[in-house]
Amino acid sequence: MNVVVCVKQIPDPADPGALNPDHTLKRDGKLILDESDSYGVEMALQLVDKAGGGEVTLVSMAPNGEVSGLRTALAMGAAKAVLVSDDALKGAGALDTAKVLAAAVGKAGEYDLVLAATESSDGYTGTVPEQLAALLDLPSITFAKSVEIADGTVKVQRQTEAGYDECEAPLPALVSVTAGVVEPRYPSFKGIMAAKSKPVETVTVADLGLDAGIVGWAGAGQEIVDVAAAPEREAGEVIEDDGESFQKIVAFLDGLKVL
Amino acid sequence: MALSKVWVHAELTPEGTVAPISLEILAKAREISDVVEVFTGGDGAAIAETVGKHGATKVLATGDISDKLQGVHVGAALAAAIEGGDAPDAVLLGTTYDGRDIAARLSVKLDKPVLTNNTDIDVADGIVVSTQIFGGTQIVKTKFAAGGPAIATFRPKSFVAEETGGAAAEVAELGLVDAGAAGAAKLLNRHVEETSGPKLDEAAVVVSGGRGLGEAGKFDMIEELAKMLKGAPGASRAIVDAGWVPYSYQVGQTGKVVKPTVYIAAGISGATQHMVGMKGSKNIVAINKDPEAPIFGIADLGIVGDVHKVLPKLIEALKAR
Repeated sequence: MNVVVCVKQIPDPADPGALNPDHTLKRDGKLILDESDSYGVEMALQLVDKAGGGEVTLVSMAPNGEVSGLRTALAMGAAKAVLVSDDALKGAGALDTAKVLAAAVGKAGEYDLVLAATESSDGYTGTVPEQLAALLDLPSITFAKSVEIADGTVKVQRQTEAGYDECEAPLPALVSVTAGVVEPRYPSFKGIMAAKSKPVETVTVADLGLDAGIVGWAGAGQEIVDVAAAPEREAGEVIEDDGESFQKIVAFLDGLKVL
Repeated sequence: MALSKVWVHAELTPEGTVAPISLEILAKAREISDVVEVFTGGDGAAIAETVGKHGATKVLATGDISDKLQGVHVGAALAAAIEGGDAPDAVLLGTTYDGRDIAARLSVKLDKPVLTNNTDIDVADGIVVSTQIFGGTQIVKTKFAAGGPAIATFRPKSFVAEETGGAAAEVAELGLVDAGAAGAAKLLNRHVEETSGPKLDEAAVVVSGGRGLGEAGKFDMIEELAKMLKGAPGASRAIVDAGWVPYSYQVGQTGKVVKPTVYIAAGISGATQHMVGMKGSKNIVAINKDPEAPIFGIADLGIVGDVHKVLPKLIEALKAR
């Protein structure tokens, strides 16, 4: 049972985000493993463990050769990683990102399952996993809140607006997982030490046999025409609770006639 | 410059009616295009009257595919129709589970970009969509530059649905195509979570709880207060991830977008992920221990205090009325 997990390394969401003059997201500081992806990594480790053998391979794309987020996932227990790093990737959109990841999955070896988060915490398009499935010509089940594998079939509870759907697909398949599908482990000290020597293969767009014209600004097929501050919402009255502040809330609700 | 024709996804609810988000997008589609048609991965006749009333003249329907996943099949059917010469200028969908899947599969089939999470669209100079970034503090406008059709998804409540009184839409077939290995996933069973009271994204009052509640059991206070105000209970991502309440309660970027008359945030600090889903509320009340919590920056009434003290008193006071 081999599982490929797509992971993204992002600027720490706790820091205020900022844009470069070319409207790309500033990624100068240390990048971390997107928390959303830790669920996919954990899910993959558990599925491989349950199957009694196999390995977890990470696939990632980052403009500046960044590996610190990958090391976190390797420390959790993934065996190896393929990182696509190339200046040509600047300005990539969802579709060209999926094309790059599809080519990188081809470098990851034989696989039974591809896992991804439903969306990244910085770009959150929520379309890359399904686009990746289309490019790899795989059946896919997105937005999984539970994943099980038995007899060459992946069984998934897929999140819906009203509840969930029970779905299944024959392997190989792609599944995108929601946060909360499993509880991600913290890397152990041993895991962190072991991760330092695990293989990370760094490749360029050309190494993947892709034309630089189909990725990044050149291939995204979109042009940012304006970035402006959104109209701000004014803060209202803020008071310290003196034991009677509930009356303020009652009066406020009364004024809005919702009582 | 109005567009000649757009296609809007008519997403179906478990009951088979048209989802509110599709009607919202129809209202905008009428404004930007001469001809508006819908497509659906289901029965067309059942929704022809509703979408007609909202301005669509045609329903392209696959017929029943309830045992399959929508994305791959509807995406392939749309691509085949477009390649067959019936191309619209734009394909508009909701940023929903199936909406994103259909848009994604279609984008690969046509090799065209898809732009998601939009809150507006403008066609005065090319097709330009607006997207909120950094927790809704900035708005990015992006132009489609790869030729048509433009594929775009919109967040719930970006537009206001409005009936035009149009006649029932003509029903036409959206022919399914063999999706091969990629089409092999099956949908076996649907589970609809029973909820009482108004729906989270339709309620006039929403009371949400966050990590500040301290423990799962304290969410009872949120449920009780919501019920007393004839509203719906909601939650921050933190307590959904912690397993205190189901995902269907989540308000925020990855959850529901709400715009109630009153939003009460109890024990929620106001992570950007949460604020994106509720900052459109008409009135916001926030209760939080931390005076520096970002939620106070957008609250109309902020109470710096302990939710365990303020909420019980508030509930008692409302009971006494």
